[in-house]
Amino acid sequence: MMSISSENLMILAMLLPLVATPLIVFADRRPNLRESITLITAAIVALLVITLFTRVQAGERPQLELFEVMPGIDISFTIEPLGMLFALVAGTLWFVTSVYAIGYMRGHNEKNQTRFYASFAVAISSTLAAAFSDNLFTLFLCYEILTISTYPLVTHSGTEEAKRSGRIYLGILLGTSIGLQLLAILITWSVAGTLDFTEGGILAGKLDPAYAALLYALFIFGIGKAAVMPFHKWLPAAMVAPTPVSALLHAVAVVKAGVFTVLKVTIYIFGSDFILSSGASEWLIWFAATTVLLGSLIAMTKDNLKARLAYSTVSQLSYIVLGALIATEMSLIGASMHIAMHASAKITLFFAAGAIMVAAHKTNISQLNGLGRRMPLTFAAFTIGSLSIIGLPPFGGMWSKWYLALGTVQAEQWVLLGVFMLSSILNIAYLLPIAARGFFSPSAQGEQDTGIKEAPLPILLAMSFTSLICVALFFYPDPVYNLATLAVKGN
Amino acid sequence: MIETHLSLLIVVLPLLAAPLVAILPNGRLAWAVSSITTFVVFLLAWQQLVNVASGNIISYELGGWAPPWGIEYRIDAANALVALIVAGIAAVTLPYALRSVEKEISKPQHSLFYSAFMLCLTGLLGITQTGDIFNVFVFLEISSLSTYALISLGKKRQALTAAYQYLIMGTIGATFFLIGVGLLYAMTGTLNMNDLSQRLPDLVEHRTIQTAFAFIMVGFALKLALFPLHLWLPNAYTYAPSVITVFLAATATKVAVYVMLRVIFTVFGFSFIENTPTDELFLLLCVAGILIMSFYAINQRDSKRLLAYSSVAQIGYMMLGIGFGSMLGLTATLVHLFNHALMKGALFMAIGAIVYRIGSSRIEDMAGLGKQMPWTFAAIIIGGLSLIGVPGTAGFISKWYLVLAAIEQQNWLIVAVILIGSLLAVIYVWKLIEALYFRTAAEPVNNIKEAPLMLLVPTWILVIANIYFGLDTELTVGTAEVAVKLLLGDPQ
Repeated sequence: MMSISSENLMILAMLLPLVATPLIVFADRRPNLRESITLITAAIVALLVITLFTRVQAGERPQLELFEVMPGIDISFTIEPLGMLFALVAGTLWFVTSVYAIGYMRGHNEKNQTRFYASFAVAISSTLAAAFSDNLFTLFLCYEILTISTYPLVTHSGTEEAKRSGRIYLGILLGTSIGLQLLAILITWSVAGTLDFTEGGILAGKLDPAYAALLYALFIFGIGKAAVMPFHKWLPAAMVAPTPVSALLHAVAVVKAGVFTVLKVTIYIFGSDFILSSGASEWLIWFAATTVLLGSLIAMTKDNLKARLAYSTVSQLSYIVLGALIATEMSLIGASMHIAMHASAKITLFFAAGAIMVAAHKTNISQLNGLGRRMPLTFAAFTIGSLSIIGLPPFGGMWSKWYLALGTVQAEQWVLLGVFMLSSILNIAYLLPIAARGFFSPSAQGEQDTGIKEAPLPILLAMSFTSLICVALFFYPDPVYNLATLAVKGN
Repeated sequence: MIETHLSLLIVVLPLLAAPLVAILPNGRLAWAVSSITTFVVFLLAWQQLVNVASGNIISYELGGWAPPWGIEYRIDAANALVALIVAGIAAVTLPYALRSVEKEISKPQHSLFYSAFMLCLTGLLGITQTGDIFNVFVFLEISSLSTYALISLGKKRQALTAAYQYLIMGTIGATFFLIGVGLLYAMTGTLNMNDLSQRLPDLVEHRTIQTAFAFIMVGFALKLALFPLHLWLPNAYTYAPSVITVFLAATATKVAVYVMLRVIFTVFGFSFIENTPTDELFLLLCVAGILIMSFYAINQRDSKRLLAYSSVAQIGYMMLGIGFGSMLGLTATLVHLFNHALMKGALFMAIGAIVYRIGSSRIEDMAGLGKQMPWTFAAIIIGGLSLIGVPGTAGFISKWYLVLAAIEQQNWLIVAVILIGSLLAVIYVWKLIEALYFRTAAEPVNNIKEAPLMLLVPTWILVIANIYFGLDTELTVGTAEVAVKLLLGDPQ
């Protein structure tokens, strides 16, 4: 692998999952072969992104122009630090999730597993392509493919509820992206004459600062995957999907593709200087801040475990959006780091939630009394994930919150600092009681000897691994920090 | 030899094939002859486009009579592009026709069916090739009359009323056009479009010329089904045989839009239009058409009718570009003309494949079919995404240029309408997809098989074209830009 050029590694990483898709479909009747294809592909992709990561850290910036679609607009890819960070997170966690998914899908006796694995592979391919996009058009293309390829995953069960959720999912994501984001891209194109991601942005000096706020708002709300209120409903709706989907796609790939796009637009289309000088984000900040708090508050009211986690994600995504909107150096670093930190913690929480569903068939928090004593590993993982989300040491989540908070100080936005602090307290309030209930509450009567055990081994392995990452990222956040700094400060 | 008479051969070949096919015995021979003719015509049309792609104009004198006395075929990038669409769609439709026609039309009528098809093709290609405005009328009638006959061959009895309805409306439209042409001739003494364009500027103030313009516009607005003159279209598309729906939806209205372009920009010149309320009226009708017809589409229970209403809405997009009258706007019109032919062709073919298997185009009858007909289902998904305008599909390119044209004019209302139109398209396209995708529990499992290859392959050629022209726009946007320069430039 060392002898292959970085350009080719990049293509391989994007194409492999796509190549695996028809293979998965052909292996329909042989589940073991089918899962082996997924696992092997995922393992190679993980190795590819890690190799690419070491090369990007060493200063390489592979670039690849595929072909021109319209005059001046081409499909092209490059790896810059922020994209590398996102690809690293999505690529490695796909492997972990694949391991988990095998345990989950079989343990849960899900139907149509072939369709599941095939759609999953397409989704990952488009996620990686989005991460490597070199211009807004390519990114938009991948963004839409991601939306459509995840639709069969969201509606996997085929029930009326799934159908309804699918409508909300597609309606909001396609609606915002075609109605607002496409418009924003077209305006950007007609003003700037280019869509290439450029250090320092492409709009400064070309767009009347008076309109900057309007265009920025079209982007922020148009990127529905970032789930800024009032366009957040698709995310809780998507929870009807099987848990591996919720874990990887709706805590990592899809939602992070949203905030990643927000960061890309902020850093490479507007440029933080232009945002600060034009005041483009002045009133948008309050939408994001409201989302942070309201998301947490709504999470507290949800008894369904996955719904609570979903609203927690809505809230946490707006941390990143808020970091982008504040647009100071520290806040942008914090926002970029939060992509990785939140991903590792939230995926752990979803893994645990899925483990509980498979092993104990319980979906509501109120049913979890005493379950922690029967499933200690699962609940330990859940605790670790919770603590990392809250932002306590020794877990990775602390670092991103630290820089986000420093960013508000740098911008002298004291109210926003308060928002972050208050939200952390709310995090404690809606996450810790779950673990506490599992460990300390007495079991419900009559459930003493139902024989609930820990979930199957693949689930436990995946869950333990992501928990360890949460811890490791506290002691060794350098890879994430370095990439974030490089992206924000430029090379 | 072929090179010099290329422009004529494109029209004459199907014209000669028509009587030949009619006297052939019923069965596959008639189909084979018409297919081969169409393939040849397609290759010729391709060659013709290559010849004019760089912006030159070919003038062909019919029978050696010099224009403006004789009939002139005058080919530039605009005609060549439209002729290519018509010939191309015909070339994928005919292979598809074999199985579908065997299923839907009784055997004694097969030869006549293919004969009428050839005549229809002659008419449509003739309209695009000719540079003589009366000749347009002649070819218009050839294509219309054969179309009425083709629609009436539909399986259901309503096909007869649909054809009759179209006959009445179409004849009114043609008559209006003829009156307009007559008035032009009375004032200028010429029928050659190029000649007209030189004589008209001196006469623009004349009431008769303005009346002539109004008659021609209304006549063709009827033919291209511009809202609210679209009433014939939904029934015609719904009850015609599947093959004819495919062919009409992808070509007939497109050719009418092309004539509109030609008359407005070559014959009269856009400055003439700008002095009349026509362009504003177009924009208004388009906006109303896009919104109202999309809502109609959402409420349909029959998939063919749903797509028919969507077609009327999409015609609004094409006419928007004409209303703008700008470089970008016309590029959008021509590009969408091409792309819409691809997406509607693919979608109607896929629906036709379903009709072939279950004998119904009602949406409720399709529940859960996606599993049994995965390739047809995938074709509907991709065709539908193209109709919505998702990036990576041809429909996106159209939308891109349309919105850019509207932004250029600072017409934010129309920007909003185009985007809202796309969102409404999401709703009606997904109505189809949901029906095919989800199976209701009560539904018994029936043993419906995937459509035969003879239907699937042509469908997928168009589906792949939808993706290809969404990623490589050299042919579509490139040719359109050349054509628009000629249309907007000095009519010389």
